Amino acid sequence: MSTTTVAHHEEHAEHPTGIMRWLTTTNHKDIGTMYLTFALIMFFVGGAMILGIRAELFKPGLQLMNPEFFNQLIGVHALIMIFAALMPAATGFANWMIPLQIGAPDMALPRLNNWGFWLLPPSAILLTLPFTLALFGIGDGALATGWTFYPPLSIQGGIGVDFAIFAVHLLGISSVLGSINIIVTVFNMRAPGMTLMKMPMFVWGWLITAFLLIATIPVLAGAVTMLLTDRHFGTHFFDAAGGGDPIMFQHLFWFFGHPEVYILLLPVWGFIPQILETFSRKPMYGYKAQVYSFWGVGVLSVVVWAHHFFTSGMPVPALLYFMYSTMAISLPLAVMFFCWIKTMWKGSMSFETPMLFTVGWIILFGIGGLTGLVLADVAADAQYHNSYFIVAHFHYTLFAGGIMGIMAGTYYWLPKMTGHMYNEKLGKLHFWLTAISFNLTFIPQFFLGLAGMPRRIPDYALQFAEFNMISTIAAFTLGLSQLLFVYNIVTCARGGKKATAQVWEGAQGLEWTLPSPPPYHSFTEQPTVK
Amino acid sequence: MATHSNNQYYVPHGSIYPAVIAAGLLSLASGFIFSVATDKSKDLAYLQAPGKWMMILGAILILSMVFKWMGAVITESVTGQFKGWEDKSFRIGMIVFICSEVAFFAAFFGALFYMRVLSVPELGGYDLDITPYKDFLGTWPSTGPGGMTVSGEFKPGTLHPMAAWGLPAINTALLLSSGATITWAHWGLIKNNRKQLIIGMALTVALGIAFLVCQATEYHEAYTEMGLTLRSGAYGASFFMLTGFHGFHVMLGTIMLIVILLRCMKGHFTPEHHFGFEGVAWYWHFVDVVWLGLFVFVYWL
Repeated sequence: MSTTTVAHHEEHAEHPTGIMRWLTTTNHKDIGTMYLTFALIMFFVGGAMILGIRAELFKPGLQLMNPEFFNQLIGVHALIMIFAALMPAATGFANWMIPLQIGAPDMALPRLNNWGFWLLPPSAILLTLPFTLALFGIGDGALATGWTFYPPLSIQGGIGVDFAIFAVHLLGISSVLGSINIIVTVFNMRAPGMTLMKMPMFVWGWLITAFLLIATIPVLAGAVTMLLTDRHFGTHFFDAAGGGDPIMFQHLFWFFGHPEVYILLLPVWGFIPQILETFSRKPMYGYKAQVYSFWGVGVLSVVVWAHHFFTSGMPVPALLYFMYSTMAISLPLAVMFFCWIKTMWKGSMSFETPMLFTVGWIILFGIGGLTGLVLADVAADAQYHNSYFIVAHFHYTLFAGGIMGIMAGTYYWLPKMTGHMYNEKLGKLHFWLTAISFNLTFIPQFFLGLAGMPRRIPDYALQFAEFNMISTIAAFTLGLSQLLFVYNIVTCARGGKKATAQVWEGAQGLEWTLPSPPPYHSFTEQPTVK
Repeated sequence: MATHSNNQYYVPHGSIYPAVIAAGLLSLASGFIFSVATDKSKDLAYLQAPGKWMMILGAILILSMVFKWMGAVITESVTGQFKGWEDKSFRIGMIVFICSEVAFFAAFFGALFYMRVLSVPELGGYDLDITPYKDFLGTWPSTGPGGMTVSGEFKPGTLHPMAAWGLPAINTALLLSSGATITWAHWGLIKNNRKQLIIGMALTVALGIAFLVCQATEYHEAYTEMGLTLRSGAYGASFFMLTGFHGFHVMLGTIMLIVILLRCMKGHFTPEHHFGFEGVAWYWHFVDVVWLGLFVFVYWL
């Protein structure tokens, strides 16, 4: 059965070149590269916005911007980082790696795949256009509600809210298309012998992510549609005068928003055990336990949403339910952490950049997880809610747990993608700068939050000054050190030491059986997995 | 996985349609925003006209590209590019897509249940000494304590809900029988009885159009005679958004059914190979099931 070939309707010679190649491509690697490039660009756009915020917070008082603009930067920073940086990065890796890892010729629905990517640039335009329009006197800038769109503020807001609503719609369509494609690819394109329980962890992570996206993104689309009709067509979904309820929006939003956390993290959780087994040079520990834990987290993630607004008002039984179910998520996560550490145990480990990022990731994401457990406590949450403690917590999960994981994956697979080795010294420098400045940025924010500094406020009381100053300096260091990352990627793409097919001594899996870089059509002959 | 009936997977040529559709969506969305911008800021009234043109441009781009894209898929299908392996991809993809549609409707059903079970009774249950809504009972159907809207103004009043056993019951019968006729047509296709196939499809299309006509009549009555509008509080919002999105899906489904009918008349599809037909049939059954939910929870109970 290993005679499968791609129908060669797309010969090398026929490729359009230049911009048309990228506009029209149906090739999973081209599309993956576009996703990753887009994510990297938007990572810097979102990063520049937050550096503006940190500059404003360098010292008390209003220095650089008015509060409205401050609010706009915060909301758009979050939307860009979540929807236009982290999610496209994960989808980019899915496009690149899933066909390689399961031995497929391409993604199952190539044209749909192209559409999924090309919805992203219009969404990015919709998110950032209001800033430009405001410069020309049209409207009052982007949405100023934070990324969560809570009514009634979002119903009163200007055209920035409408732009954000439609941006979310397009991003949602893109995510649903990507998820359909990944689910179909995983179920229908695996090589002979590649049973579900032999799939690499990254493929498992993405499969569950795709199910979560299918279940929750349409709910977000529904919620922001109700917001749109409340804004312009006189419905009263979120208006008590008509029998609606602003808190209903919070329920609908977080029914999407909590699974979204795991949508961002599950693909990364798939990277981790693969990188660990490569650089520990021994098979991963507890494959089945990790797969079942992924499922456990995936299922639990859709039934815990209200812990994001314990303080909004809920009956006590509901509070207790959401507290205990949230805490239950730490059980499958503990299983995963145990498996990851046990994978390294007694391995002959070496610490190339991907491994450094992964080990750093385990520690930092561990802090993110443990502070989440603290936040899940209803009684304690009243103090933490809407403070800088929560800001620090979700940056430990989403920057350390998300973006640093993506960086680990980037260094891990970059030689496979480009065919060249990156600069190891620069990579290690990038890791240490990132890890140290990240901690210096966000550890002070835990203390600021515990001391009562509220988030999303451009000014603060004098006693918070020192820690904010430290945080701002570290944030700029963190931002600037990412330039090393770009430099390393660009030079690696342009040339350098040739990478072997296996790249890493301990690397296991189908993607390492292909040459680096892999041929245009990944597996023209499907391999047989034993 | 291991047993593909063919050993070649069809990877289509590069295609410009998706990128143009994305550009069309950008034009449609920003045009829409401009055309309603005046709702929130009177200064932006001058954006209305350019906004309308951007919407028209976007819609033209999207529709023409969808037309060409679907045309390309049909050509690939009739020239035999899709065999068992690709067919299975389409099947799984369609099932997952329908699941995402279920989640979309779930959001609106969720909003209906939330308002009906939680927020409206709560608004009616406050202590009389503190509530501003002293006469509000919190029963369903409700326009909320603020009253209802008459000709654009929000005024206190009573609400007459849409009765279940008039047009809605007829609509239920229409959609249920359309589910039967499309299955009958499918049997015809499997038996290679083209006449039964085409009659069955034509009947299904006719029933779909009849449903849409009834729905339009019902909306007309609601707006002109009953004073029931999108602005009529919790009931009006959930009623029109749920039935409206469903009606929109019926419209899309009917257009897809018409395309399939025309393809049947041109002699497309074989008893073994007819995913296009089945995909649309699945979609139609999905729309049918959503309607049953609407009939029970929006109209009847």
